[in-house]
Amino acid sequence: MKCSEFLTELTSYLDGVLDEPTKVELENHLSWCHNCYVVCDTTKKTIEIYRDSQLYELPEDLRSRLRSAIMSKCQQHKKRGPESV
Amino acid sequence: METIQNKTEGPVSDELTLVRAAKQGDDSAFEELVRRYDRNVFRIAQHITQNREDAEDVVQEAFLKAYGNLAKFQEQSKFYTWLVRIAVNEALMKLRRKKPERTVSLDEEIKTEDDSLPREIADWSPNPEQQYNQAELREILSKTIQGLPPGFRTVFVLRDVEGLSTEETAAALELSVPAVKSRLLRARLQLRERLGRFFQKRESGDGDQ
Repeated sequence: MKCSEFLTELTSYLDGVLDEPTKVELENHLSWCHNCYVVCDTTKKTIEIYRDSQLYELPEDLRSRLRSAIMSKCQQHKKRGPESV
Repeated sequence: METIQNKTEGPVSDELTLVRAAKQGDDSAFEELVRRYDRNVFRIAQHITQNREDAEDVVQEAFLKAYGNLAKFQEQSKFYTWLVRIAVNEALMKLRRKKPERTVSLDEEIKTEDDSLPREIADWSPNPEQQYNQAELREILSKTIQGLPPGFRTVFVLRDVEGLSTEETAAALELSVPAVKSRLLRARLQLRERLGRFFQKRESGDGDQ
């Protein structure tokens, strides 16, 4: 496997959806190609950092305010009929 | 190397029951759907708009639209995927209104073939996120993802932050599966490269340069 081929398969590899023969080939490539190993490892870390970051969590007070607003607008919509959205 | 495990969503088995009850006029069932997905919609919206007030508006507008159009929901996809599609469209509309000079589209053409090829290979420190406090880290992550084109960061957020499958992401964004895969790869590689500036391993005795 060449470095460019590794890159093509990287997303499927990280998602765990690569077929077994390709996965073996890719891991063999990673075992001797340090650059691709680093790219693979740091891309995986990138995903994990974002996934675990709790960036843009909705605070509970804002959450209940939004929910009340949504539900009361839904009520108004119901009273006015389907043309109001 | 282990592969990435997706964050699992809450139980979806009774989602359809709630949707059908809501269609029959049961507002408490709809409120339960709001409770279930409001945090996801808010995160997606803020990632796309990069603005908290806009994200709040998107949450309200998306749920209200879903409520008003519930009768039209065909139940061929998950309610959540349908809701995400509405929310993404609302969020992109906000962005277009704010940045009319820039085309904001999910279909933007990929300019060059090698725009995301790794140029910077240097390894990161073992626990890069621990070099920064929580507030600094959030700032870094937020600024970094902001630098991606909206079409790329939307795909990244749906797939990697919210844990939608490639097929669900494609359905929610009305893109083809190959298009989602291609954007996801580019988004991941671009984020990796940009984060490298903050997370790179520093050689001992090299100071902070």
